[in-house]
Amino acid sequence: MNDLTLKIENLSAGFFTDRGYVPAVDSVSLQIPKGQVVGIVGESGCGKSMLARSVMGILKYSGRITGGSIRLCGQELVGMPEKKLRALRGKDMAMVFQEPMTSLNPVVPVGKQVREALLLHEKMDRKAAKQEVLRIFERVGISEPEKRYNSYPHQLSGGLRQRIMIAMAMVCKPKLLIADEPTTALDVTIEAQILQLMRQLSKETGMSILMISHNLGVIAQMCDQVYVMYAGKIVEKADVNTLFADCTHPYTKGLMGSVIDLKENPPRLPAIGGMVPNLLHLPEGCAFAPRCPYASARCQKERPSLLPIAQGHECRCFERGLG
Amino acid sequence: MKKEAQILSEALASQLGESETLWAQLRRMAKQNKLAVASAVLLILLLLAAVFAPVLTPYDAVTGDTANRLQSPSAAHWLGTDEMGRDVLTRLLYGARISLAVGVIPTLVSLALGVALGMTAGFLGGKIDYIIMRFADVMLAFPSLLLAMVIMYTLGGGVVNIFLALALVGWASVARVVRSETISLKESEYVEAARSMGVSSWNIMLRHILPNCLPSLIVLFTLNIPSAILSESSLSFLGIGVQLPNSSWGLMVNMGRQFLYDAPWISLAPSVAIMLVVLSCNFLGDGLRDVLDPHLKRG
Amino acid sequence: MDGKILLEAKGLYQEFPAANRKKVHAVSDVDLTIYAGETLALVGESGCGKSTLGRTLLQLLPPKAGSVIFDGVELTTLKKKALKPYRRQMQLIFQDPYASLDPRMTVRDIVAEPLETYKICATKAETTEKVKTLLHAVGVPEEFLHRYPHQFSGGQRQRIGIARAIALQPKLIVCDEPVSALDVSVQSQVLNLMKDLQVDFGLTYLFISHDLSVVKFMADRVAVMFLGKLCEIAETRDLYETPLHPYTRFLLAAIPKADPKDREREKNLLQGEVPSPIDVPTGCRFHTRCPYATEQCRREEPPLRAVGNRQVACFQTEF
Repeated sequence: MNDLTLKIENLSAGFFTDRGYVPAVDSVSLQIPKGQVVGIVGESGCGKSMLARSVMGILKYSGRITGGSIRLCGQELVGMPEKKLRALRGKDMAMVFQEPMTSLNPVVPVGKQVREALLLHEKMDRKAAKQEVLRIFERVGISEPEKRYNSYPHQLSGGLRQRIMIAMAMVCKPKLLIADEPTTALDVTIEAQILQLMRQLSKETGMSILMISHNLGVIAQMCDQVYVMYAGKIVEKADVNTLFADCTHPYTKGLMGSVIDLKENPPRLPAIGGMVPNLLHLPEGCAFAPRCPYASARCQKERPSLLPIAQGHECRCFERGLG
Repeated sequence: MKKEAQILSEALASQLGESETLWAQLRRMAKQNKLAVASAVLLILLLLAAVFAPVLTPYDAVTGDTANRLQSPSAAHWLGTDEMGRDVLTRLLYGARISLAVGVIPTLVSLALGVALGMTAGFLGGKIDYIIMRFADVMLAFPSLLLAMVIMYTLGGGVVNIFLALALVGWASVARVVRSETISLKESEYVEAARSMGVSSWNIMLRHILPNCLPSLIVLFTLNIPSAILSESSLSFLGIGVQLPNSSWGLMVNMGRQFLYDAPWISLAPSVAIMLVVLSCNFLGDGLRDVLDPHLKRG
Repeated sequence: MDGKILLEAKGLYQEFPAANRKKVHAVSDVDLTIYAGETLALVGESGCGKSTLGRTLLQLLPPKAGSVIFDGVELTTLKKKALKPYRRQMQLIFQDPYASLDPRMTVRDIVAEPLETYKICATKAETTEKVKTLLHAVGVPEEFLHRYPHQFSGGQRQRIGIARAIALQPKLIVCDEPVSALDVSVQSQVLNLMKDLQVDFGLTYLFISHDLSVVKFMADRVAVMFLGKLCEIAETRDLYETPLHPYTRFLLAAIPKADPKDREREKNLLQGEVPSPIDVPTGCRFHTRCPYATEQCRREEPPLRAVGNRQVACFQTEF
């Protein structure tokens, strides 16, 4: 299978704290075929950002990859020396963060910041690089690229800043774009513009996208394949239509239930009871069992594994959510 | 149908974890930060030694034994004797009374002054802020030692006047820090919440702003103690601080200066004592800040 | 809703100084009525002035012009002391549950603060009992009484903030994006709780939010705000079924639907960015982004006018 842009196998990563090891990502396997948009959904603390950062090799604080493999176009990233990794970052893979303001340098004009990647990775001369930056600015829908080139981040609106971030990520034509909640900080009308832009870019350049979000609406609009993550593990994997029409895992069902339908008018919202377990003290059995309405005695004691239940559809549940 | 509150309550009750008391927090610091604990122990021992000096040493701090001048350290005189035959360890213990008092009392007074003025300036803003802060700027524009000297010359030497001089010199820097903290805390949502409930300005300052300034105040306190001790040393060195026959560490360093080659222990012992106190204060301050700051306690 | 007016704002203006002697026109000429017992949602994008409007209604920011009548009393002319009894009847719930609770106070002290400010209870023990009742009402067990905010998750903190807001049994609660910092599953818990409390305590909510799905669930009526002005006020169902103002229509169309089939639909997206509230466009403030704008829209500012039982600020007559 050479058309896989990203292949993650049994990846584990976590934090070493003074209270013990926090397994933020636990044996996660994931594949992104070329040109596809793959989504990871989950609530805060489920390990989705940690997974994205592991791929980029930019773990924060005391985070470490503790096992498994990450292959970008066949090239193993786990254990790769930092210098080689740095050459890949920004060139073959790039990342867009949630809050564009904190990821841009406030004292450098945005055009120069985008140009940096070209000078570094493509060894272009300054003039050609600037032309390329202006071209990409236009491509991501920034009006008056010449004027914006010399703007500082604080002079731009949130939507424009996120476009700059996307331009920065796209400028070296990466094979993989990792987008970590790229529209969470934006208003809905701007969010819709940015999502549309990202889909277009993926379609036209054949770039793969790893889309991380807590918003099922965003996932439904963007993704081809979806992985649902809970307490560091993948609990369900399916193509987007199957997932939204026929999800199986009780957690996924709970998430779907808490989406507010604009057409119906329920007296109250279905909610998942309880809260996300502490990763330091995970339950003995299935991590979702304490909150699960279908949990059996077996769920409390044993940990289910991720098993296929249909073509391309996998689920980590003894009861398969049917009980 | 169950009410939401009831459902939530049940879910939460099962999650009740261990709660950390202040004592447990201090114990956790003790485990993690051995240096801070060692510093605290050292400071407490020193304080006890200063208080119980007459019991601990058989010698007199004031009258010397001229037969035993400039003795090097021995079993009888652990840190030797000085030019008048007085036991250096004894003088060190008695000197600790003044040096520690000079470290703590003016620092507390300047802290209180600085908090009151800085918080008023930051909270009220406008003209009051302008007047207080320009006054503080003027204070800060003078070299602090020079200012203390001027005050000492005007008031005359003596321990109480040293307290006064150092307190008057120290408040401005405290006021600055407290003012900037107050300004940022004033904008915080919990202060806005209090204001929207109709809590009075006085209560907002007392209940919300002051407690949240505490970490900075502790750091300032532990940093200002050493500088007060050092300032006192300098003033005593110049002859306008502690007057003989009283003794402070600064004065001892000064007196031993003439015998630096023949009897280095006279200056060395108080110098090392000053250094140990200064370092201990800093280590302890860091440790306390880590424990007391709720933002660092996550996880 | 019994049709009794709880709060009425007329011709409200709010401005802030900006660089170069310019002004940020945060709220301009807003007329708004809140009926007792209802949930009125205030919807708009970031920077449209909805939070400022909420705070101006509460007199946390004194308005530049206009009047706010609460329970028959004009608030804008009251002095600080005279305002205090009305503060008690209007409370605020904040967006960020991490910033709105004092990190150095225990849960007991946080919830007790309003009670102590108005000397509701005679003794400390009585206050503590009352705090326990309030915590019970929001689903926080009393075992947590002496804990600090950082020991709680976002949803739990938000519930503590709600307990504080209902402590004085206020008539009106302004909820400023109360769930937008929370995870989806927790969001539902808090929204359900707020609905319960509204019934139990007879509350009126001004629910400020940018999230149209949440508003759909919570609100009886919705006011849509754009760049400091209200552009549409309608009953929730009417607004979602037949949005009249073009901005409302774009806003509803932009929500990413949790349905993958929806993405094949050709979307009519709003282009461009929100104009700056410092240099407000002449005429209708929305005309720079509005595909239906006419010459009249560029020149004149459309007033908020009644269309059936709703209000719209648009010159178009045919909807």
